[in-house]
Amino acid sequence: MSVLVDEDTRVVVQGITGGEGKFHTEQMMEYGTNVVAGAVPGKGGQEVAGVPVYDTVDQAAREEDANASVVFVPPAFAGDALFEALDAPVDLVVAITEGIPTQDMSRVYKRLSETDTHLVGPNCPGVITPGVAKLGILPGNIFSSGNVGLVSRSGTLTYQVVDNLTERGLGQTTAIGIGGDPIIGTDFTDALELFEADEETEAVVMCGEIGGEDEEEAAQFIAENMDTPVVGFIAGRTAPPGKRMGHAGAIVSGSGTGTAESKISALEDAGTPVGDTPEEVADHIEEIL
Amino acid sequence: MKLHEYQAKQVFADAGIPTPSSQLAETVDAAVDAADDIGYPVAIKAQVQVGGRGKAGGIKLVDDAEEARAAAEDILGMDLKGYTVDRVLVEEAVDFTNELYVGVTMDRGEGKPVAMVSTRGGVNIEEVAAEDPDAIAREHIDPSFGMHPYQARKAVYDAGVDREVAGDVASVLTTLYELWTEKDGSDAEINPLMVTSDDEVIAADAVMNIDEDALFRHPDLAEMQDEAAEDDLEAKANEYGFDYVRLDGNVGIIGNGAGLVMTTLDLVDYYGGEPANFLDIGGGAKAERVTNALDMVFSDENVDAVVFNIFGGITRGDEVAKGINTALEQFDEIPKRVVVRLAGTNAEEGMEILNTDLVTVEATLEDAVQRAVEYAEEDSQ
Repeated sequence: MSVLVDEDTRVVVQGITGGEGKFHTEQMMEYGTNVVAGAVPGKGGQEVAGVPVYDTVDQAAREEDANASVVFVPPAFAGDALFEALDAPVDLVVAITEGIPTQDMSRVYKRLSETDTHLVGPNCPGVITPGVAKLGILPGNIFSSGNVGLVSRSGTLTYQVVDNLTERGLGQTTAIGIGGDPIIGTDFTDALELFEADEETEAVVMCGEIGGEDEEEAAQFIAENMDTPVVGFIAGRTAPPGKRMGHAGAIVSGSGTGTAESKISALEDAGTPVGDTPEEVADHIEEIL
Repeated sequence: MKLHEYQAKQVFADAGIPTPSSQLAETVDAAVDAADDIGYPVAIKAQVQVGGRGKAGGIKLVDDAEEARAAAEDILGMDLKGYTVDRVLVEEAVDFTNELYVGVTMDRGEGKPVAMVSTRGGVNIEEVAAEDPDAIAREHIDPSFGMHPYQARKAVYDAGVDREVAGDVASVLTTLYELWTEKDGSDAEINPLMVTSDDEVIAADAVMNIDEDALFRHPDLAEMQDEAAEDDLEAKANEYGFDYVRLDGNVGIIGNGAGLVMTTLDLVDYYGGEPANFLDIGGGAKAERVTNALDMVFSDENVDAVVFNIFGGITRGDEVAKGINTALEQFDEIPKRVVVRLAGTNAEEGMEILNTDLVTVEATLEDAVQRAVEYAEEDSQ
């Protein structure tokens, strides 16, 4: 089993004719993902990597039975592309695009709350169910199939942690990169809820970072609702207040909210061990399984 | 991106929010002329983007030309929390009876804008929020609809604003929300919004921060971006298009992806070193970008050793190796020792290309960081 992505996931790629869209469509297909269509306004009737392109997501969903979308549309148009995917509708939208204005995302978030669709991202590496399919830009070769669920705000940090797990023979059910923006669709709590309900997931790794209070809310969810053990990691312990550390959402406010310290203590209070290094995260998981 | 007070005030005034009359001055003479022109008393206010200017001596109230000259001489050129003051705003001093706070920001937990009003203006509002959260009335707004008129009234009445000025404060809040939306603000604040003895309201300070991801649709605001206010190295990073933050330590750090770079900083600290910077080369970097990154970190005189950590997804190890070679081969003597760790996409190809006479290679992140911390200690100047 897995969460969000499985054998029945049929993908439409929004922005398939762009450089990144095309490259990653090929990579996704090579990994075994069932990409059934592309959607780009004005490019209907073309083909990319053997996949038919439609002018609208609605057409792609109707003609090819697509039930998931991966979005590579540039930031200025991405908000609109997300509305289009939500209205099609598809069950899952994975938004890779980085740099979408926050107020655009705020409106998308409002619309999302009125639908049953899962949105992952934006500014995220995507979702992968090892050996089955990947939706996004994650390098498939470092993942292996197994019983550890993984949810992370950061792409390359995910790769680092997965690499440590895979090396010890600790495979993954599904890995979800939820993205580093201030407003995202699926948050830690949503992802933990999915893993808790998944029978194959026996432990979960949660990689958070400074900014916001999502990790603190997740800690509360773990304490109150989870039987599956969780191991945490928090990046940004050395980040100074008021500076944006790469991700738009990774910022400790002037008044001191969003610090690594507060997140680590919230997780530890919830009985979740937090690794000081990525290696230590793998140590904890090894002990649990 | 933060606007200066004088820029934000201009934006607010253009939208109809009452502001004191003021003039910008870059020299002492110009400041005195402006003060004479406006009429005493006036406030002379340093235009630097730091909080707590008043306490740090960056704002002075003066009653005549002599005092104005002395204050301008003190403030112009002064160092305020690391920023040199090169402009002052000379502003009519407002005789007030009361100080309020109004603000609009994005509540990221709710994914919605929030409008705020408090009768405890004139002090650090974040401290008020921490000590007495009920002293700030908050109203969440549906971003697809905008602020209903009743919401502005509700925030104002809930905050306990005097009814004589409630209508005017609600109107200022409404305008502030409209500006925040129109300009893609991340924060818009008036603190204090002064109430005068004849029940007028006037914005004595102005904060307007803009979402940098939205600057593409606000060319007028992008022009206001103040390159000169930045640290030299941060300005250089802007030019190269890197996410860069300068810190106080001596271990230079380069990597790909915000979370992994932050983790590398944390590990430097964990193993007893001090990070000199955060530098994210981003995804899919080509050789030239890698060379530029090394150039950046080498030009920071605080740096004694460098750790270069790449986990390739869309970034390729061979491109990184080429960039490192190019950066280092131009030197007769390598300025600072560099520890490299390559993993992920094309890492093996990268290791074959990498000139290992010029760098130290480590296989894991933990080993690479420990080695760099060691080098930084040995080579610390």
